[in-house]
Amino acid sequence: MLNTLTLAQVLAKLKNKEISQQELLADLEKSSVQNEKLNVFLTMNEHMAKDSSALAESKLMGVPLAIKDNFCTSGIRTTASSTVLNTFIPQYDSTVTKRLKAAGGVIQGKTNMDAWAHGSSTETSQYGRTLNPRNPDHLPGGSSGGSAAAVAADMAIAAIGSETAGSIRQPSAWCGTVGLKPTYGRVSRYGVIAMASSTDSPGPITKTVEDAAILFNHIAGHDPYDGTSSTSPVEDYTAALGQPIKGLKIGVVYMDIPGLADVKSLFEPQLKVFEELGAHVEYAQAMDPNHSIGVYTVVQRAEVSSNLGRFTGVRYGDDRSHFGDEAKRRIMLGTYTLSKGYSDKYYLMAQKVRTLFLQDFTELFKKYDVLISLTSPGFAKKIGASEGSAMFGELEDMLVEPSSITGLPGINVPCYHDPKTNLSLGMNIMAPMWHESLMIKVADAFEKHTQWNPWRNAEKQ
Amino acid sequence: MTAYELVCGMEVHAELKTNTKMFCGCKNDPFHAPQPNIYTCPVCLGMPGGLPVANNKAIEWTIKLGLALNCKINLFSHFDRKNYFYPDLAKGYQISQYDQPFCYDGKLETEMGTVRIRRIHLEEDTAKLQHKTINGEKVSLIDFNRSSVPLIEIVTEPDLITPEHAKAYGKALRQILRFLDIADCDMEQGGMRLEANVSIRPIGEKDLPNYKVELKNINSFRFLEKAVAFEVKRQAVVLEEGQTPVQETRGWDDDKGETYSQRVKEDAEDYRYFPDPDLPPLRFTEEQINAWCAELPELPAALKARWASEYSIDPKYAEVLSEDKDSAEWADQIFRKAADQQLNPNAIANAIVNKKVAASVGDSAEKVIAAFTELNKTESMDEGELSKIVAEVVTENVDAVAQYKAGKVQVLGFFMGQVQRKLGKKVDVQLVKAALEKVLNS
Repeated sequence: MLNTLTLAQVLAKLKNKEISQQELLADLEKSSVQNEKLNVFLTMNEHMAKDSSALAESKLMGVPLAIKDNFCTSGIRTTASSTVLNTFIPQYDSTVTKRLKAAGGVIQGKTNMDAWAHGSSTETSQYGRTLNPRNPDHLPGGSSGGSAAAVAADMAIAAIGSETAGSIRQPSAWCGTVGLKPTYGRVSRYGVIAMASSTDSPGPITKTVEDAAILFNHIAGHDPYDGTSSTSPVEDYTAALGQPIKGLKIGVVYMDIPGLADVKSLFEPQLKVFEELGAHVEYAQAMDPNHSIGVYTVVQRAEVSSNLGRFTGVRYGDDRSHFGDEAKRRIMLGTYTLSKGYSDKYYLMAQKVRTLFLQDFTELFKKYDVLISLTSPGFAKKIGASEGSAMFGELEDMLVEPSSITGLPGINVPCYHDPKTNLSLGMNIMAPMWHESLMIKVADAFEKHTQWNPWRNAEKQ
Repeated sequence: MTAYELVCGMEVHAELKTNTKMFCGCKNDPFHAPQPNIYTCPVCLGMPGGLPVANNKAIEWTIKLGLALNCKINLFSHFDRKNYFYPDLAKGYQISQYDQPFCYDGKLETEMGTVRIRRIHLEEDTAKLQHKTINGEKVSLIDFNRSSVPLIEIVTEPDLITPEHAKAYGKALRQILRFLDIADCDMEQGGMRLEANVSIRPIGEKDLPNYKVELKNINSFRFLEKAVAFEVKRQAVVLEEGQTPVQETRGWDDDKGETYSQRVKEDAEDYRYFPDPDLPPLRFTEEQINAWCAELPELPAALKARWASEYSIDPKYAEVLSEDKDSAEWADQIFRKAADQQLNPNAIANAIVNKKVAASVGDSAEKVIAAFTELNKTESMDEGELSKIVAEVVTENVDAVAQYKAGKVQVLGFFMGQVQRKLGKKVDVQLVKAALEKVLNS
C-alpha cells in the first residue's frame, strides 16, 4: 500500500518511476474509508487528481498533502472546524498552501481540528471529534488533531498543522508522528485563520524527521504579506539529516513536574542514546512551566477575543450564534482581561512574565545547544476527557507552552511505544530561535538510532 | 450674567495621500475610484487570515508632520488594536495607536496664540457607509475603497480661546499638511475632518469644566467657527440656569444656524486597547529622525518670516499668498525676480492680492511682473513734464494764485483739474497735489 510510504520514499519512487501518481492516489483513496470512523478530513479536494497530474516534474511531484482546516485554500471550503464558517470558500490561498502548491504539492483535503484551534483534543470541533488512529478509544490531541491522525492512519503522506502552544507537537506526541513547530516568524501566518497572533506558527506534521525537513524547506522563509515574518536567512534543513551529534550539549528540563511520575520512568531511559552518540546530557533547571499556563491563558484569550471580532456573519459565514461554548468562554475571558482597569493586572503582567521566560531560555541556551523535555505529561487521554474541563488543553500542553510563548522552535519525535495500548510518548526537542537545523539534527539522530518510529521500523524490515 | 470663556481643544483627522493603503498594497484613492469596492484585498476586507503590514511611507510622513509641529518623537512606538463593532469596520477592530503615538508635546503658532499639540498618531480609516433607498427599499451599502486608508489624528490641548482661534488653527494645520505635501485635506469628501471639544467656564476659573461637548462631522472652517460660537452661547444659557450641559456629541445644522444633539455619551467607551500582535513594534534612531527633519520643506511660518525680512511683504498679503504650497512657491519666485529687477515685491503682492493685475497661480513670474510694470506705467509720471505743466498752469492763472495765497485753499482743486487736463491722462493725484503745493507755497 503506497499510502504507508513516507514522503521521502514517495518522492524517490515517483522519481525513479517505480510508482505512478495514479497508483499513489488510488491507495490514498482506499485509505480514506477510515474517515467514516476516525473523522480526520472535513473537506476533500475534488480536483486532486487533476491538480496532481500536471505536477509530475515539480519538486513535490504532485504529492497530496493534508492541510489543517484553518489555512485558507482558494476554492476549497475552510471552516476552522466552526460552523460559523460552514459555507466559507476563500478566494485566496494562505502563503503556506501557495508555497506548497508552487513547489508541486497538491491539497488532498482539509483536516479536522479544535474549533478555531481552541483546544488540545479536537473535541471542540463543531464537526465532531477525531479519533486517535492508534487506539480509537483515545483522543488524537489537538488542535491539529486531524492532521496528526491523517498521518498516523496513513490516510495522508504528510500534513500541515499550526501551533499556538502545543497544537503541532502535542497531537504528534499522542498520535506517534513527527511534528515540527518552527520559530515564530519563520513560516508566514498569512491566510491562516488567526488564533493567538503572537504565537501562531504553521509547521509540518509528518511520518519522519526527514519528511518534516523536506516540507519545512518549502514553507520557511520571509513573506512580505506577514509583518511578523522574519527576514533571517533560511537553510536547507535536509542538510541537518544524518549529521553527528557528538559533543552536543543537551539540557533535560521539566522532569520534576508533579504528575510526570507515570511516564518519567519510561522517558528517562530514552535519553541514553544521546550519550551513546557522544552528546553530553544533563538535567537543567528551567523556570516553572506552570507560570506559562497563566501567561498563555491571558495572552491567548485576549488575542482570541479580538481576532474573532470579524466573524459577525455580515459579509461572510454565519452569525455569531454558531460560536461553540469554548469560543464563547475564550471571548469572554479575553474581553475581561483587556477591559479598562484590568489590562494592567492581566495582559501587561502576562507580557512581563513572558519576558522572564525569554530571559530564562537565553540563559539556558548559553549552556546547552538544545533542551529536551517530554512533549505531553502522559499518553493520549481517553475520549471525552476534555469535556467539562476548561483548562484541559493548558494542562496537557504545559511542557511546550514555555517555548511557544517565547517563540522558540521545537520538534516532537516518538520516544516510547506501549504495546498494550498501542499509544506513544513524545519527546520535545527545543532549540534557540532560528536554529531549527540543530533540533532537526538531534531529532533525526534519535529517530534513526531508536526503535520508536513505526515508519522507520517498516523501512528496516 | 456671568462672563464666560471658551475652553476648547481640537481633534483633526486627515487622510494621507500615500500611493497604497496603510496596511495592504491596495491603491489609496477612495475619492476618485470609478466604482465602489475595487481597491480591496483580503486584508482591508477583514477576511479570515488577512494580516496587516505597515506602510513605511505613512509612518515617515506622520513623523515629519510631528517635526513640523515641533513635537517630540517616540523612538519606540507601536500600533494598537481599538476593538469595537460597526459595519464599516472590517476586522472588528481598528488599528490605531494608544499609549505610544509617534509624536507628542508639540505646538503650532497662530496669529491668535499658541496651540499646544498633545499627540499625533497614525491609524487606518474605516470603510464608507451609505444609506440609500433602492427600488423603494432602504439599504445600507458599504464601500471598502476607503477601508484601511492611512489616517492621522492630531490632538491639541484645550488652548483654543475663541471660535476664530479654532478656525485659524484649523487653517494653519491644513496649510502645514499641504506644505508637507502629505495630505490633500479635501474637506467636502472627508479627507480632513474637524472635531472640537467645547466647554466654557467663568472667566478667572482655572480648572477644566466637568463636562465637554464634542462637535463632530463639521466639514468647513466656517462652520467650525459658527458652531463653536453657537455652543458658547448655548452652554452659557444652560449654566446660567444652574445646570451642567449634557456630555454629548453634537453636529452643525447650517440652515438653522445651530448645533444639534447626535449622540449622548453616558460612559466612556472601553475599546480594550492592546498592542497589535500582527505588527512588530517600531524603533527609530536619532539619526533617522534628524535625517527626516533635514528633509522638511520650508514651512509657512518660516516662509512668511523670510518674505518679511527679505522682501518686506505685508503680513496680510503673505497670509493670502502662502495659503497653499503651489501659491507660496509661485509668489516666492515672483518676489525673487521682482527684487532682482529692483521692483518693489510688496507692491506686486498688493497688486496680486487686490487683483490689480490679472494673475493666477502657475502664471510665469515674467508674465506677472510684466503685467505689474504695465499697470504702473500708466500711472507713472515724468517729473520734468509735471513741473513744466504746473508752471504753465500757475502762469496762466495769476488771479487764482492770488486767491490761494490769500488763504482760499479750495482753489487747489481748480489747479489740479487744470494740470490733469493738460497732462491728458489720469495720474496719481497725490503727485500732482504735491507738485502744485510746492510751487504755490514757494
